[in-house]
Amino acid sequence: METKIATDKLRVSFGDLTVLKDVTINVEKNTITGFMGPSGSGKSTLISVINRMIDFENNVKIGGDATIDGRSILGDNINPIELRRRVGTVFAVPIPLPRSIFENIAYGPRLKGVTDRTSLHHIAEECLKKAFLWDEVKDRLSTSALKLSGGQQQRLCLARTLALKPEIILLDEPCSGLDPISTAKIEDALSELKSGYTIILVSNNTKQIARISDFSAFFYLGELIEYNTTDKVFTTPSESKTEDYIQGKFG
Amino acid sequence: MRINPRITNSVVRWLLNAQAYFTVGILIVIIAIIFVKGFPQVNFAFILSFPQDMGRHGGIFPAIVGTIQLALLSILLATPLGVGTAIFLTEYTRESAFTKLIRFGVESLAGIPSILYGLFGFIFFVIKLKMGWSLLAGVLTLTIMILPTIIRTSEEAIRSVPRQLRIVSYSLSASKWETIKKVVLPAAMPGILTGIMLSIGRAVGETAAIIFTMGSSLRLPLSLMDSGRTMAVHFYILAREGISMEKAYGTAVVLVLSILFINIIAYYIMNKTIARYS
Amino acid sequence: MIDRTVLKEQFVKWVLIAFALSSLLFLFLIFAFILGEGLPLFLKVGVKNIIFGMKWAPTKGYFGIFPMIISSFLVTFGALVIGAPLGLSCAIYLSEYSGKKMKMFLKPAIELLAGIPSVVFGFLGVIYIVPIVRNYLGGSGFSLISTSLVLGVMILPTIISISFDALVSVPKTYREASAAMGATKWQTIYKVIIPSAKSGILASFILGMGRAIGETMAVIMIAGNALKIPTSILDPLRTLTGNIALELAYATGDHRLALFSTGVVLMLIIMILNYIANFGIKRKIAK
Repeated sequence: METKIATDKLRVSFGDLTVLKDVTINVEKNTITGFMGPSGSGKSTLISVINRMIDFENNVKIGGDATIDGRSILGDNINPIELRRRVGTVFAVPIPLPRSIFENIAYGPRLKGVTDRTSLHHIAEECLKKAFLWDEVKDRLSTSALKLSGGQQQRLCLARTLALKPEIILLDEPCSGLDPISTAKIEDALSELKSGYTIILVSNNTKQIARISDFSAFFYLGELIEYNTTDKVFTTPSESKTEDYIQGKFG
Repeated sequence: MRINPRITNSVVRWLLNAQAYFTVGILIVIIAIIFVKGFPQVNFAFILSFPQDMGRHGGIFPAIVGTIQLALLSILLATPLGVGTAIFLTEYTRESAFTKLIRFGVESLAGIPSILYGLFGFIFFVIKLKMGWSLLAGVLTLTIMILPTIIRTSEEAIRSVPRQLRIVSYSLSASKWETIKKVVLPAAMPGILTGIMLSIGRAVGETAAIIFTMGSSLRLPLSLMDSGRTMAVHFYILAREGISMEKAYGTAVVLVLSILFINIIAYYIMNKTIARYS
Repeated sequence: MIDRTVLKEQFVKWVLIAFALSSLLFLFLIFAFILGEGLPLFLKVGVKNIIFGMKWAPTKGYFGIFPMIISSFLVTFGALVIGAPLGLSCAIYLSEYSGKKMKMFLKPAIELLAGIPSVVFGFLGVIYIVPIVRNYLGGSGFSLISTSLVLGVMILPTIISISFDALVSVPKTYREASAAMGATKWQTIYKVIIPSAKSGILASFILGMGRAIGETMAVIMIAGNALKIPTSILDPLRTLTGNIALELAYATGDHRLALFSTGVVLMLIIMILNYIANFGIKRKIAK
């Protein structure tokens, strides 16, 4: 096993409110790691440190360190734009850009300087196939992405992220608004993808985490309570809080 | 004696109704008078021929061209300035003393009456910068005058673009300017266009600021340094100097029709935008 | 490669700052040049002789604009007497009584009224209002009352749209509470809604005044432009704006400077009105 993402005593506060308290975690390469925990547990904040989207929040203070491939991603010398090419993100609510399906996928590659249509079409086809969406949209790539159903939109957002050719994919509760069939399609896609990517899946749905993740981390009130292989976390949790959460006693 | 509140209620309702219709009635009467009196004067020859004998005979072709030149050139200058200012105010700063200062400037420009713009354009562009009465002086004066409208409408349009679209764009490795150029501005475009159309409408109808900067030459302005007159100025001179009431009405029809047309387009674009976001 | 994008971002930011500063620059230039031309005469002739001077004969050294100041305020007041009740009624009708369809028709119609050029208002005033006043009330028809009537209509859109915004922003709960206590619709409007929208309504009146006092082309066509303080509503008068517009094209020397002095006074009045509307009143709304 090889560590892809690591944090060392990572501490994040918004103003006076500390939302991540000295979190140390190593995420392994080419696995799916599930982050779970009730709202306010800090899991989404941790994600936003890894993709540096936290830069857009006000009054943030960050302590400790976070690294990818052993190199810090927090310093001023890190270009967040370059970082976000390596770290793709899929958000809770699918938000297609108000353009065609094709243009949504071409958005990232175009920013990297890919402009010729043949290459862009290749990328679109490849990424839509990986996101299990190709068969449904291959005949209407030029129609508006807003016309797709919610589940299709979320898979488009996944394909759009893949088009960046990232090393890491962060998914922040990607299925929270989807029906079970759409959710299953996303989960299938993720399981296929993990051989080539390091995936972090934030979810409130513990069953989903149990189904597809290799490692599971449980966060509570800004602290990492438990982190182990999914098997261990779900069968023999070492903390009673983890057990209570998995069994649905709170959350 | 106390009047029954229910009776008062219906009387008031009726009165308010009447006043609302009266106001719309004024608009309809104005347009009706202009159209009824003016339409007989308007034909292709009127639009496409040159005026003769100070406008007593002939058409209004140079005034139409002058109006278009003036409106388009000022929009061309004011749009980048205004949209740029709006982008700066919405995307690049938080509310601070500096943005307050700029907003104060914009509000103040919006409140200055057009005759003072005329006075300023006359002394600054025409006299001090030695442009003389010219299309250029008119365009520059009008640019400053319509700038606040463009800034305010653009700012509103840009603010109404959902924040999530920006976040998505950043997450796809776009920089700030790329996000603005590729996501924010296209989404805000209808609102910005509404502001531009309203500004064109204002440029077409303006007189006081134009007559002292662009002058009132009846010739077709062929260069930026030529004087010329817009339809509004031509109409004013025809009416005020009693040159020809028929031609004045004819000019008024073309003028009012252009403004109605421009405003209706602006309103149409705006309504489409509102429908899209709600 | 990355350095280039960073540089580009910085460049764009500075260009946008420059654009944003242009509004301040223009404002500064307008102030500087109107004051620069207008103030010297105040020093030379004396503030009192200009602002309180009764005689305007600029080629003979008389620069008194007191009658024009008074006239400007008179037509503005007259416009308000006509425009304020009518405009407020329309705003109340729009916000409280009209259905959605009616609103969709009335609002654009009122905005179109704002788009009609002031020369057209002036022209129609000359053709229709002036003769009516002459025939039924007497005088030449070019008068305070004709001007006020036309200006009153011209400021309607300003008053309606700003009052409307103020009325609409009164919280729904106020209406419901009042209706629950058995008040009729008009009692609710009169006792609850208008008082809570008071600041906005007042602001609309003041901005309407600003529009009326700054209006030029319609006024010079209808007002008659006589150089004295009107003693009746049928008397002709000349406003500050009219004074500038009538003489700027041919004035030279001190005469031209005197027109800029007129502009300085006009600017001062407008600034005070805008200040009251924007800061005095809007600040209260914020609270």
